[in-house]
Amino acid sequence: MHRDPLTIGTQTFTSRLFTGTGKFSAKAQIAEMLARSGSEMITVALRRIDMGAGTENILNFIPKTVTLLPNTSGARTAQEAVRIARIAREAGCGRFIKIEVITDSKYLMPDNWETLKATEILAKEDFVVLPYVLPDLPLARRLEAAGAAAVMPLGAPIGSNRGLETRALIALLIENCRVPVVVDAGLGRPSHAAAAMEMGADAVLVNTAIATAQDPAAMGHAFALAVSAGRMAFKAKLSEESATARASSPLTGFLDSPPQKSPQ
Amino acid sequence: MSFTTTIEKYTDFEFEKFFDRVRPDDVTAAMEKEKPGVLDFLTMLSPRAAEFLEPMARRAQQLTVQHFGRTIHLFIPLYISNYCSNQCVYCGFNCTHAITRRKLDLKEIEAEARAIAATGMQHLLLLTGESVEMTPIDYLEAAVSLLKSYFASVGVEMFPMQVDAYQRLRAAGADSLTLYQEVYDRQIYRRLHLAGRKTDYRFRLDAPERGAWAGFRAINIGPLIGLGEPRREVFFAGLHARYLDDHFLDTEVGLSLPRLNPAEGDFRPEYRADDRTFVQLLLALRLFMPRAALTVSTRERADFRNHLIRLGITRLSAGSCTGVGGYARPVGEKTPQFVVSDTRSVQQVAEAIAAQGYQPVYKDWDLIA
Repeated sequence: MHRDPLTIGTQTFTSRLFTGTGKFSAKAQIAEMLARSGSEMITVALRRIDMGAGTENILNFIPKTVTLLPNTSGARTAQEAVRIARIAREAGCGRFIKIEVITDSKYLMPDNWETLKATEILAKEDFVVLPYVLPDLPLARRLEAAGAAAVMPLGAPIGSNRGLETRALIALLIENCRVPVVVDAGLGRPSHAAAAMEMGADAVLVNTAIATAQDPAAMGHAFALAVSAGRMAFKAKLSEESATARASSPLTGFLDSPPQKSPQ
Repeated sequence: MSFTTTIEKYTDFEFEKFFDRVRPDDVTAAMEKEKPGVLDFLTMLSPRAAEFLEPMARRAQQLTVQHFGRTIHLFIPLYISNYCSNQCVYCGFNCTHAITRRKLDLKEIEAEARAIAATGMQHLLLLTGESVEMTPIDYLEAAVSLLKSYFASVGVEMFPMQVDAYQRLRAAGADSLTLYQEVYDRQIYRRLHLAGRKTDYRFRLDAPERGAWAGFRAINIGPLIGLGEPRREVFFAGLHARYLDDHFLDTEVGLSLPRLNPAEGDFRPEYRADDRTFVQLLLALRLFMPRAALTVSTRERADFRNHLIRLGITRLSAGSCTGVGGYARPVGEKTPQFVVSDTRSVQQVAEAIAAQGYQPVYKDWDLIA
């Protein structure tokens, strides 16, 4: 396959599949999943990192070649997200930060307003900011203006495996955003990820569907293949969808043909 | 606004009649709904639904893995006082029991904290008997703030309070509140709580809401199984949980179904939920509240807890002492609040979780001050 790198901030990724560390039945599965999926960026909740845990520290299960994307899970305000981001950087987790501000424990919807406020602050502090949001074009524009390195719209509620329920809104982001659009949350099957990539998403982030599969490493590989296939289809320019069938030999084509002699 | 209005709607509800009318098809239909309604929940709690334990278990497992992954969160309780002004006929701390009463001072609490932290535990549940006089808010506040320097998360389980007192505990670093109604049936509640502040049913029933107003991140509620008719009690607890979930979007609601076991005194529970029924109650709760945390304490036996790991629970306590202190030095008095059935160490419980193909999680929260 041709090289088709994705740049976020100053970093370039070959794989367009980003993954997560939550919900695995054992931490050791994370390294195996990363190896099989080829994912080069993985998100980890700062609240789950236990620096005092020695060998059991989750960071020990992530190879140094994989970029850490610490997230602010648990934050309910911009201020909390900002504090978590600073702690993550001080803890040696790098410059990337996924802003996740959730004030709704019932549906786990991101709070776009607080997310924007946190983005404004952290981008100025030289973080590579990836805000997790409900797909909203005016908001995405403001996030770009504030210095976000990408936008991460949700496909469906976190962990719901329901796929691209917000497809039409994500399409607006893809069409209009200058920064990469990474579809995050809700992608429950490789075909969902492929669909997102076919639409022109720059990358996807998948955690639940991989971590909770019977064989997370194999499922990671399946998602990687789907992401590549979807990307390739997007680049190859899919033909337009049509509401009606189009026969490859048109039914009325004869009208354009030279007139035949009528039977005697 | 109060859950009382919801529960009062069921004052004349004929549970037995409802249960009698449940057909197998109703159970299947209830189980398969994406969002089971209140009567679907009651259907799954019915004796008839006991025949559907296996499909309910499969659905419960699938929902739990989807929302929580294959993980079990660990926590440990620390009792710092057994003074109590209530007279609950079933409880070891009942103020009429002639037991040695103790209260740890801050230095002793710190010694306990060090000993617990050494086990690797990061989530602590701080408990007291219910005595406003002996364990006033200033003392509790100081205890929370001391413990917060040793643990990633400190939860509290103590007498019900007003919003401002809860806010003080929140500000001191407590992030979750556990408060059991004990029994939702009002008549039984009156019979079992003979004296003290706890005789006020309504003040206790509304306390989780006050906790949510005060900003606790997580609220854990439940009935004490054995005091009231278990199916009804779990039904009300489920309604209570859904009520909190509906009214406080930013609060994580959790439930626990502690089963009565012998404590001090001669209390014989009127009701009993055997293992099979207990599992059904738990599964019905999971299907009704797919995202709620479900906790099982060391009241339950080790082998039974091992089996429950794959049936929808998300939190286990481990290495627990249910007397005052007990981690830094052995408990002096002989009367815990309840008898621990699962006496395994934290490490042993973690190994048992891993053996079921689940990840034991020691740290899932950090209050960023």
